[in-house]
Amino acid sequence: MRETLTHLTSFELFLLLSALKVAVVLVLLLLAVAYTVLLERKLLGHIQNRWGPSRVGPFGLLQPLVDGAKLFLKEDMMPLAVERPLFLLAPIIALGCALISMAVVPFGAVTRVSLHGGPGVDLFQIANVNIGLLVVLGVTSIGVYGIALSGWSSNNKYSLLGSLRSTAQVISYELALGLSLVGVVLRAQSLNLRTIVASQTAHGMISWNIFGGLQIVAFFIYLMAAFAETNRAPFDLPEAENELVAGYHTEYSSMKFAMFFMAEYANMITVSCVATLLFLGGSTSPFGSLFDGLLNTPVWNAIFPVCWFMVKVFGFLALYIWVRGTLPRLRYDQLMGFGWKFLLPLAMANIIATSLILAVRG
Amino acid sequence: MQLALFIIFGALALGGALNLLFQRHPIHSALSLVVVMMSLAVLYWSLGAEFLAAAQVIVYSGAIMVLFVFVIMLLNAGKEQRTQGSRAAYTVGIPGAAAIFCLLSFVFLSERGALMTSNIGGDLSNGLDNIAQVSAMLFTRQLLPFEITSILILVAILGAVVLARKEQ
Repeated sequence: MRETLTHLTSFELFLLLSALKVAVVLVLLLLAVAYTVLLERKLLGHIQNRWGPSRVGPFGLLQPLVDGAKLFLKEDMMPLAVERPLFLLAPIIALGCALISMAVVPFGAVTRVSLHGGPGVDLFQIANVNIGLLVVLGVTSIGVYGIALSGWSSNNKYSLLGSLRSTAQVISYELALGLSLVGVVLRAQSLNLRTIVASQTAHGMISWNIFGGLQIVAFFIYLMAAFAETNRAPFDLPEAENELVAGYHTEYSSMKFAMFFMAEYANMITVSCVATLLFLGGSTSPFGSLFDGLLNTPVWNAIFPVCWFMVKVFGFLALYIWVRGTLPRLRYDQLMGFGWKFLLPLAMANIIATSLILAVRG
Repeated sequence: MQLALFIIFGALALGGALNLLFQRHPIHSALSLVVVMMSLAVLYWSLGAEFLAAAQVIVYSGAIMVLFVFVIMLLNAGKEQRTQGSRAAYTVGIPGAAAIFCLLSFVFLSERGALMTSNIGGDLSNGLDNIAQVSAMLFTRQLLPFEITSILILVAILGAVVLARKEQ
């Protein structure tokens, strides 16, 4: 194995490892999507004092696979009056954008692999981009087209209303979301996600942006805006069943519906990852360097940060589901008023306060 | 690599722009414009202006064009009628477009020597971190144009508010 690998030039190795990373991340992300659905059904079940799925496999653990098979085998209906090319393109845009933003997320500590010396390839991040945070925001803002086009091309009033609502909501909350991140960027002085994580490593949990960085207001704004961006309860008006049948994906069936479904959960995971990176110290340990002496071997040093990252993302996803099980849906004017009249001014005040504090400290 | 990117995305931008003109449905035209803007963003990135590329995607494709699509959806605009085109378009438009094309090609061809040696991106080329450079530029040497643009946008917002307000 090692002999064949040493024949490769460093560029070929980079290409090979990158392709491998993309494949692994994609498979793991789709698995995570499937099991987030199960987690949601289980947690909601327990919140509502019932068991949730429990028949397929031990504790219902095989339920996602069966659901996937069901969606694959369903008849793929194509309504007659739809705008065909856009109708087919919309779910692809939605899912594609949901998956792409994972490419810039660093899952663990910097772990480089190289054969010829040189800088090597980072194992736990697909691409370390200087403007990683902006890439995530940009890809998310393109994802709106998936929802907008699906509603319009379906030629159905419920779909159209759902997608109009969703587009207006996402545009409104994108402002608050973007502005809430400025405080973090000001503190880290960079848009590189690795640098932002590195700026929170000094003393473990105390130097995370949410606590030591005094960005708890920004975290609150981000939380609200992220719920709205991913069309989740209590801001799930685009698919309010009692008014709109199912919202923008009313006309979709089989795998095309499944793509929207997966896009929603993949977006949830992306949003949780970004929250973890920006506010919860990414893959760093909450205890700082307190336990660094224990298990200090290269393998464990690579594995532990990934575990911390996953625990934090899991916690954020659980919060998502908890909120869905607890809060009722807002009315549309409440939603818009909350976004524009409360979150946006609050986000601006947070930027001003953060920059003043940073300027005073020098 | 850079040349390949330039050829692919330059062609994509041109194709999108032509498609924008020839499509008869407003939504298709708007989506072609999105393609043009995304290809421009890739071109910016390949020149090293990554912040500009991200801003292009977020502001133009992500916000402005979404609003375009939103309005077209809201108005439920149908296919447009093909017309023969107005007389003004033929008498002024085509010669005007030809004149601008000639002027631009003349300028680019005559300044070819200077353009070859010049550092594209100018002040932004030498950095790893061109956000710091862009902001330093905006708030020092380009402060006046920057502030004037802000005032222009403020005026536009006020105008929109006045137009949208219902008569009491």
